[in-house]
Amino acid sequence: MNPLLLWFHKLGSPPYFYRFAGRLLPWLWGLALIGLVAGLYGGLVLAPADYQQSDAFRIIYVHVPSAWMSMFIYAFMAANGFVALVWRIKLSETLAMAAAPIGAAFTAICLATGSIWGKPMWGTWWTWDARLTSELVLLFLYLGVIGLYHAIEDRRQASRAAAFLALIGIVNLPIVHFSVKWWNTLHQGSTVKLFGPSLIDGRMLWPLLIMALATKFLFAASLLSRARVDLLELEAGKDWARQVALSGERA
Amino acid sequence: MSEFFHMGGYGSYVWSAMAIFIGVLALDAVAPLIKRRRVLRELRARVRRAQKRNEESV
Repeated sequence: MNPLLLWFHKLGSPPYFYRFAGRLLPWLWGLALIGLVAGLYGGLVLAPADYQQSDAFRIIYVHVPSAWMSMFIYAFMAANGFVALVWRIKLSETLAMAAAPIGAAFTAICLATGSIWGKPMWGTWWTWDARLTSELVLLFLYLGVIGLYHAIEDRRQASRAAAFLALIGIVNLPIVHFSVKWWNTLHQGSTVKLFGPSLIDGRMLWPLLIMALATKFLFAASLLSRARVDLLELEAGKDWARQVALSGERA
Repeated sequence: MSEFFHMGGYGSYVWSAMAIFIGVLALDAVAPLIKRRRVLRELRARVRRAQKRNEESV
């Protein structure tokens, strides 16, 4: 077997993953923290004020990365849910369920900061337009996945049922993304484009991209530390988990 | 400096958004640490119970 594939198979084994994630975690937290400090410094201090929104536009540096993460994490959760349902890989079940609360956190941040941004710019905290409503539905989908997971006694059955819900809910992702195109909404269209030039000055753009990267690292760090604990709990009867408990190894 | 905190009159909006971002993500980071302590405590109790059973059966 080719070495990369072999490593991938090994990674699926809980004790191996536990050790591997443990070694990776300090780096992920470190990179996330450095990125957040650099990105927020760039966004709050170095970037010039917007000619229309003045300093209120700076909310973009927490709002937009959170919005991107809310969708990115949902896609990650659904992809792992798919693998869990088709190949019954324990690690994928764990990763999918560990991702749900992190995604819900980012979605809640996105909605709250958007509301705070909307008040001075639109004159209202909330409006039932397509972008806002579909993002709220995304939050409810996350909460539904978390709720279903905790409502079923057997951990592995619970994660497969919740993974199925996550998979169905993926239909909401394109709705969130294209809502500003498909409907007339109060929410503005995309400013940063993956293809083609972005509609934002470079001095405003780089802190945003750093924040996007930093939130990715933050997600990875939170995900791995959650997955480690969940695997430890799931495999409580196994030898490796007992050894971890007795060695008293720190997080 | 106070101009920085003033944020062109949008200070309360900008800083509350920052506070929510940092606060929620800090909670998210702490949650697995708290759960980890609980899981490890339960695991150790489980190991101790198993040892006790072994000693009694000898």
